Amino acid sequence: MSTASTRILIVDDEEIVRESLTGWLEKDGYTVASAADGPSAIEKLHHEPWAILLVDMKMPGMDGLQVLEQARKIQPQATTVIMTAYATVETAVSAMKIGAYDYLVKPFDPEELSLMIQKIVRQDELLRENETLRRALKRDYHFRDLVSKSALMQNVFELARTAARSQSTILVLGESGTGKELLARAIHIESPRHSGPFVAVSCAALTETLLESELFGHEKGAFTGAAARRRGTFETAQGGTIFLDEIGDVSPKLQVDLLRVLEDRRFCRVGGSEPIAVDVRVIAATNRDLNKAVLDGTFRDDLFYRLNVIPITVPPLRDRREDIPLLVEHFIERMSAELGRKVDGVSRDAMAMLMSHPFPGNVRELRNIVERAMVCASGPVLQVIDFGLVGPAPGQPAAPPASLEEVERRHIAAILEQSGGNVSQAARILDIDRVTLYNKIKKYGLRLREPAV
Amino acid sequence: MERPDGQARLPGPIALWWIGEAAVDGDVVKTVAERVAREFAREVAVQTPIERPAGTLDAKRRQHSSREMLKWLVAHAPADASRVLGLTDVDLFIPVLTFVFGEAQLEGVAAVVSAARLAAPADRRLTAARLAREAVHELGHTFGLVHCDALEDEDGRAAPCVMARSPSVRAVDAKSARLCPGCRARYVTFQQDGSHVYREHENPHR
Repeated sequence: MSTASTRILIVDDEEIVRESLTGWLEKDGYTVASAADGPSAIEKLHHEPWAILLVDMKMPGMDGLQVLEQARKIQPQATTVIMTAYATVETAVSAMKIGAYDYLVKPFDPEELSLMIQKIVRQDELLRENETLRRALKRDYHFRDLVSKSALMQNVFELARTAARSQSTILVLGESGTGKELLARAIHIESPRHSGPFVAVSCAALTETLLESELFGHEKGAFTGAAARRRGTFETAQGGTIFLDEIGDVSPKLQVDLLRVLEDRRFCRVGGSEPIAVDVRVIAATNRDLNKAVLDGTFRDDLFYRLNVIPITVPPLRDRREDIPLLVEHFIERMSAELGRKVDGVSRDAMAMLMSHPFPGNVRELRNIVERAMVCASGPVLQVIDFGLVGPAPGQPAAPPASLEEVERRHIAAILEQSGGNVSQAARILDIDRVTLYNKIKKYGLRLREPAV
Repeated sequence: MERPDGQARLPGPIALWWIGEAAVDGDVVKTVAERVAREFAREVAVQTPIERPAGTLDAKRRQHSSREMLKWLVAHAPADASRVLGLTDVDLFIPVLTFVFGEAQLEGVAAVVSAARLAAPADRRLTAARLAREAVHELGHTFGLVHCDALEDEDGRAAPCVMARSPSVRAVDAKSARLCPGCRARYVTFQQDGSHVYREHENPHR
């Protein structure tokens, strides 16, 4: 038996109906509240969660179908039953079309009402059970703070788990925003060094001299302003892991120094001559093509080979679009607590928009726009407008797509739009068969809208 | 004899009134009274008032409003009674439902049960048994009990608790005449505390 409260909201303009139905359902042990009109019902939907809505069809001002439409947006998980005084096929069809669970003709048979409510509650319980199972399954999609169900990322997790157990140097490759530092942290936590420190250094953020001092520390008087001896990150990471981000941006001189540390496990502070032994696991990362940099002569090949012991490539988000819903859910869950906001999910339209967004900034970009949406949203369900993803300004061409797949995705989306969602017509224009088009629609997560009548 | 609506009073006898249109069937009322007295361990005072509920008939539906019946019972109940149970032979309804077998004020004073759909013309014992079940059920609500899903009564008999929702005659016949152990415990606590005793986790539907 479920422990969660089953909350029922009755929306009817007739007081006697509200009263008698409330009394009847309260005796079943449900938590029941009522609203005399559509706007007060919407108000209640904005403030509290409801499992079942019993909504009268005919009400002055906002009718039952309008309440149902709003309820679907505000609390899509709530089950709505429309109550009507006259049974007409049109009523039933229009109610069911916009998401009503069923409809009851007033006055209803007591058994019919009891059975319907029991059925909804049982269905709710099954949904909750399903959610619990899904959560259990989701745990398998996690590698510490990283979330993915894509086969590509599962391979990354697998390799990272294996690499974590070793002492070898790891080179994490991937575009900006793919979560390279998160992966490095996860590897550290999964490694036998997890009780030691994890120290991250962004090699691109500092000048050569500052980076040198940051990494290796300096002796007092080593340079102007070095008023005291300072330990570098290699020392502070002793016994743990040092994460060298943007390693591809390191100057040739520092490349030599890093090579020496990696080979000898010793270094000298700037201005010092005493070698210091270090026991540090190095994880380096870059969004640059180090192979190309080696060929260009801007990156030392010997350092590259020292770093490239276990290379792990984190795929960009556009290559694992199936992760978008999972990541959105993950960010909503995490940020709900941080922002102190209760958000139930994302509307279907908004999710379709996210699925088709190119995400040049990868997971970081997704996280940021979800945060924006959570801050801007007025209801518990995030809508398209909340994400603030605007198309190119009128007259401005869209940014050129990065890959051939992206060109194909955009072209298919445009033709579908042009043909008003008519797949057969779009397939004819594209000169491919409908099955192929359906497969591509599925592959790219494109949303099919109802063809225009 | 006006009294504030919905105020539960403990202790005091349960007033059992025949308020039907036909003549009272003494045997049936006696059976109901005995069952109620036994189930709630309270004195039951059987009476047949001269007055009949007024203003309860809905001419369009040709049924009587159970809500109006309850109002009438509350207004006319004897001062010393802790509860008043009306037994009637008219068909009862609440506005959203086609009919009800009975209705009660949750944690209140009044309850009403109708024989209109429960009577078995050729079987007075069955009629009495059905009415007794629904009488105990509705009075259970006045003692703060809500509908229950227990499938075994306090005698260990495999039958739904008398507080099970019974929207059909079939369901009335299928359930026990007695409370289940859980409802019994809640009733005992209600007698001590004088208020409902459901905690979040105990409520079968929460």
